[in-house]
Amino acid sequence: MSETNKMTLIASKGTFDWAYPPFILASTGVAMGKEVSVFCTFYGLNLLLKDLSKLRISPQGNPAMPMKMPFGPKWFQAINFGPKIPNVMWNIPGLELFATSMMKKTMKNNGVATIEELRQVCIEMGVKFIACEMTIGLFGYSREDFIDGIEYAGAATYLDVAHHSTQDLFI
Amino acid sequence: MSHQTIDMSGHNCPMPILKTKQALAGMNAKDTLEVICTDKGSTKDFIAFCNQTGDVLISHREQDKQFIFNIEKS
Repeated sequence: MSETNKMTLIASKGTFDWAYPPFILASTGVAMGKEVSVFCTFYGLNLLLKDLSKLRISPQGNPAMPMKMPFGPKWFQAINFGPKIPNVMWNIPGLELFATSMMKKTMKNNGVATIEELRQVCIEMGVKFIACEMTIGLFGYSREDFIDGIEYAGAATYLDVAHHSTQDLFI
Repeated sequence: MSHQTIDMSGHNCPMPILKTKQALAGMNAKDTLEVICTDKGSTKDFIAFCNQTGDVLISHREQDKQFIFNIEKS
């Protein structure tokens, strides 16, 4: 494959919402004929965990997050509760889980694939995932925590891959 | 030459593109694929997709809130 058709992503975030952009771009990139490598570092390692169900979206310190209910009559669903709820409320245990389940429901209603589905498509289509060895040690993970078929390497490996690529995104 | 149809109604970005790619992968050159979507961004995305893959977007139209694409595999 020509060098002009390679793409790399650095996935550095590990919340439920930020799991989407790397998987969407990686799978679409492969679908469009690119050879895609995703370097997962720091919180981005979460994307490679066997169990993705623990990923959360947090409304805390996240004022851009629209908060609309995925059920009820149309007028009710149109209300954005985000600016109406004091941010300190999100300190209450369980509300982060609630917000995550509301977001999952909203995504389902809108025909957005789950992160598990998107990751599976990425793997089937040949996206190469590289887990950052340094952050695995730093955060006390072991290789058993991660899915099979991924590579383990460091910054130099990423930079070498990126050297031959024309599209590189930090997410 | 064969013809296939996939219905991606109700599925949002990027699934219509991914399923299209998977369907095209199982087809031969000159085979045609019809994709039905409801994703409002799909028209621009399918033009861009074919632009990159070299497959030919023979036609695209909007009808009853559906976007219908005809693609010929290159």
